[in-house]
Amino acid sequence: MTIFKEFQKTSQHLNPRQRQAHEVNAPILRAESVSVRYESGTALEDVSFELNAGERIAIVGPNGAGKSTLLKAISGVQMPTSGQVQIFGHNPDGHICIAYVPQRSQVDWSFPVTVADVVMMGRVGQLGLFRNPRPKDWKIVNQALDVVNLTQLAKRQIDQLSGGQQQRMFIARALAQEAELMLMDEPLTGLDVTSQEDIFNIMDELRQRDVTVLVSLHDLKMASERFDRVILLNKRMLAIGPAEVALHPDNLLAAYGGHLHLVPTDNGMLALGDTCCEGEHDHV
Amino acid sequence: MTMFDLILEPLQYAFMVRGLAAAVMVGIVCAVVGTYVVLRGMAFFGDALAHSILPGVAIGYLVGGGERKPLFWWALVAAILSSLGIGTISRNTKIKEDTAIGIIFAGTFALGVALISTVRSYTVDLAHFLFGDVLGVRTDDLWLIAIFGGLALLTIIAFYKEFMVLSFDPVLAMTLRLPVRLLDMLLLILIAVTIVVSLQTVGVALMVAMLVTPAATAYLLTKRLPVMMVLAATIASISGVVGLYLSYYWSIASGSAIVLVCTAIFGLVWGMQAIGQRIRMRT
Repeated sequence: MTIFKEFQKTSQHLNPRQRQAHEVNAPILRAESVSVRYESGTALEDVSFELNAGERIAIVGPNGAGKSTLLKAISGVQMPTSGQVQIFGHNPDGHICIAYVPQRSQVDWSFPVTVADVVMMGRVGQLGLFRNPRPKDWKIVNQALDVVNLTQLAKRQIDQLSGGQQQRMFIARALAQEAELMLMDEPLTGLDVTSQEDIFNIMDELRQRDVTVLVSLHDLKMASERFDRVILLNKRMLAIGPAEVALHPDNLLAAYGGHLHLVPTDNGMLALGDTCCEGEHDHV
Repeated sequence: MTMFDLILEPLQYAFMVRGLAAAVMVGIVCAVVGTYVVLRGMAFFGDALAHSILPGVAIGYLVGGGERKPLFWWALVAAILSSLGIGTISRNTKIKEDTAIGIIFAGTFALGVALISTVRSYTVDLAHFLFGDVLGVRTDDLWLIAIFGGLALLTIIAFYKEFMVLSFDPVLAMTLRLPVRLLDMLLLILIAVTIVVSLQTVGVALMVAMLVTPAATAYLLTKRLPVMMVLAATIASISGVVGLYLSYYWSIASGSAIVLVCTAIFGLVWGMQAIGQRIRMRT
């Protein structure tokens, strides 16, 4: 079974044109009661939702809520234990239009490659086996670098980048991959305000290009202000919708439990609690 | 005697010329494949794999009644089987990978020593397998090294971008739908072939140094993958040549002479960089 799949992948990589066509009327992403169970316990339980093309969605939830697992299940890297993910009406396993933008901490930054090398890695799927980058591929890579404003640093060794530049490089790689769905795992964590604004500006550009962006993050304030819809997750999906609905205090209490009140001194937590309540007052 | 004579004198012996050719070819293959061993942190795997081919070599040795020709093929089969074996076991059991490697490594190595010890002249033969005998390389050995080493290099070039993606970011490799399992296996087989090709030059016990040391030295000197491969290959072939001359003039075992030169170059580069850093910090 696995061996067969491996050979199928090899043959698709030999001839990238034979990849699955997208179903025209299917949504870009449909998750149907997706559950993921590890030996250590349940990571995701019965998660279902649909995304529209070009949307910008935030996934929020406490630590260990399964945010990364959900992104991995959508990308096809992690097989759901039950339920299924469909990308344009098909299993994600055959698609190369999904880009997973990794957490910066999960990368070996001393690996001997330049920024342009990493962005070119996004082209490997389209290139296929035994084919070297053509001028067209370099053009796509340069355009991607231009969008994220890294053209000046293309020849830099990756260990010389700042946190914000590292994050932008991975978004450029996803652009070079010509991804229609970008999954970003905590892209804003640990960045200063300016770098976070850079990322949001790039996301605006992605919206112009009709790219759907699914972002996991910790900051509820940011989720409520800068995204079209918010998914509130704690193993189960507790809510999905515009921030004022999804982040209703009842939902937040269900997701975070006592933690929401227990940490009034924690900057992050305090800010989120306040914002959400202020928001509530405004609506009342 | 001039410097010129010092260099030319050993070359009047055919065994020295063959030895030099073998050392240079093996150095290049080891260094290029070793680049991935270093980048992916597989040094322990390489060491274990080298040791675990000993029973295969021993069986071939016993079956062939001391005949050395078929040993290459026995070693090749043993190396490929154990590389895939280690890969499977470490993936499918609860035991951590380095523990699994340790178990197989010591177990198969002991089996190899036990088998060889049934032969009377065993200390001499065992030493050959353990530490290599580059001066005993014959012309058909050179052909085998050239063909299999060349195949390994061609494979590394053909799958260059796939191996780079897989080593840098395995999750990207999966979302690009690359055949990750097959590529992983292919890399293990490449390491196995490299080890077998180098068996006669440095032997089982010193193999890991050829895989790791030149590549690690190059890693200190450059931050680009292709440059790292070329630099590592250069360092390894220079070490091979210098090591053989040292072994000729000072009568040291050839395999260890080569490895010692590799280590010395690493020490030199590392030391100079450490000093350079100190100076930069002061100014």
